[in-house]
Amino acid sequence: MRTGLYSRYARRYARLVTMPTTAPNALSDVTASDSTLRRFLHGLPGVDAVGLEARAASLGTRSIKTTAKAYAIDLAISMVDLTTLEGADTPGKVRALGAKAVRPDPTDRTTPATAAVCVYPDMVATAKEAVAGSAVKVASVATAFPAGRAPIAVKLADVREAVAAGADEIDMVIDRGAFLAGNYMKVYDEITAVKEACGTSARLKVIFETGELSTYDNIRRASWLGMLAGADFIKTSTGKVAVNATPANTLLMLEAVRDFRAQTGVQVGVKPAGGIRTSKDAVKFLVLVNETAGEDWLDNHWFRFGASSLLNDLLMQRQKLATGRYSGPDYVTVD
Amino acid sequence: MSDRLNVLKTYKLYVGGKFPRSESGRVYEVTDAKGKWLANAPLASRKDARDAVVAARKAFGGWSGATAYNRGQILYRVAEMLEGRRDQYVREVAEAEGLSKAKAGEQVDAAIDRWVWYAGWTDKIAQVVGGGNPVAGPFFNLSSPEPTGVVAVLAPRKSSFLGLVSVIAPVIATGNTAVVVASETSPLPALSLGEVLATSDLPGGVVNILSGRTAEIAAPLAAHQDVNAIDLAGADEALAKELEIAAADNLKRVLRPQPVDNWAATSGTDRMTAFLETKTVWHPTGSLGASGSAY
Repeated sequence: MRTGLYSRYARRYARLVTMPTTAPNALSDVTASDSTLRRFLHGLPGVDAVGLEARAASLGTRSIKTTAKAYAIDLAISMVDLTTLEGADTPGKVRALGAKAVRPDPTDRTTPATAAVCVYPDMVATAKEAVAGSAVKVASVATAFPAGRAPIAVKLADVREAVAAGADEIDMVIDRGAFLAGNYMKVYDEITAVKEACGTSARLKVIFETGELSTYDNIRRASWLGMLAGADFIKTSTGKVAVNATPANTLLMLEAVRDFRAQTGVQVGVKPAGGIRTSKDAVKFLVLVNETAGEDWLDNHWFRFGASSLLNDLLMQRQKLATGRYSGPDYVTVD
Repeated sequence: MSDRLNVLKTYKLYVGGKFPRSESGRVYEVTDAKGKWLANAPLASRKDARDAVVAARKAFGGWSGATAYNRGQILYRVAEMLEGRRDQYVREVAEAEGLSKAKAGEQVDAAIDRWVWYAGWTDKIAQVVGGGNPVAGPFFNLSSPEPTGVVAVLAPRKSSFLGLVSVIAPVIATGNTAVVVASETSPLPALSLGEVLATSDLPGGVVNILSGRTAEIAAPLAAHQDVNAIDLAGADEALAKELEIAAADNLKRVLRPQPVDNWAATSGTDRMTAFLETKTVWHPTGSLGASGSAY
């Protein structure tokens, strides 16, 4: 199947099945109070850690070759949120990143554009300018990324600034301290407040920082909490801690969005971020998506990779498929 | 009296300082000069070649950036380690090339001496092929040799150890990193060399050793966009032509196979200079004073 055709079809289809992301009736009473929310989250079935990791590992052994590989690489490129989140980010670097997002491989115009560029709020305007006239979105991290340790008023101001500057997507971090202390309602209220601040123009991605949640059970609870609060996307991590996206925790979140849609009819996207550096890894994640959530998620409206160095590896693999020769880092940009 | 069970050695590739089996899981039978089975060697695939190039590229910055003196010390350390395992190499070379113990011993001694010789060259080659150039202007004009990068080396087919050392040592002495394709018929001394390199302070990835069908592994290396040069010592005429054509795509430096009768003869600096680039820097000396000189 040709990529362009397919993703166009999927995007159109997606709109038809998607309902507005408000708390659905079936689950509306669970967020009525702190205790009902706690009862619901702790009532979620426990995660079989060994089974989960074994399942993720076994799905990682699929052999994806030739035309399927070419399709997977193009799909993966179109799902990349090209990210730069460093203290040393300059307007020049953001502009270069924007140019790369719009046209990842200038030597091959059939290469799809990436999904978005992901920057800090103060760089949104620069990024917006850099991708103007293309379909590439601008995502901005907000809410005192990456720690999230700031008063709620500061977090909301952070979000409003980013949205006002033109961000199409907001990546917020949850308050892990409150979550781990069992203060679920506080986390819920924060997410709903941020969702409100996003308004109708920006989609909200909720980052759980799975590396800090310590158990799979917690990741499952956080996923449901995020979705109940109205997240458009759930995202594994900030990329700033030791453990980032792994196949196992992404599989767990994919199961959560699948079950959530089955119960409520609302589709939520998934974004693994951090630590995905090779095409091989990216293709493994796509296999997870297809086998767990299903084909509906195989589109950059519903699945993203938060990455920076991954794109270069995808481009080198793409060049290898096109020419038959192994490519090298001399033939992609240095970011 | 009980006979001991034979402890057979599993020969493995040497890539990135580690000893992996071939990614393909394949092996092939290696025989001695008379056709008697010696061991199974890994039959490397093009993906092993790709992984080796990645490892070599990763090691290049550190190795080329090390001081020439430090590289010399490390190469001398390799010679020391070889000396300690002389008996093993004598046996392997004797079996591989059908030589007597004495003749094989001569080969191994010559190989160790060759290694020491190149170890001495690391901090001297710059004086020989670089230097200050006289120019008509107020400039210091300095040329210095710089390593080419990742070099693919097809080891000689016949001389399994002395020939091998004579092509690897000059490549890495100047700061290049190497992906070596061992002799197809007698790869065992080369695979054992990996064990010496791994224990002599040589950073992992500086030398990567693959065994298998030369034509199969060399083709992707010659076409690889991230390999900067290729030494065709172990290719026959037809293969060398084919590889040189593939290598032209990214303008690799190509060292054509030389007719070598006797690897024991020293080759001079040719094998080092074949994989060097010359960097020339113009440095202003400042304006000339009234007296005609700024100093």
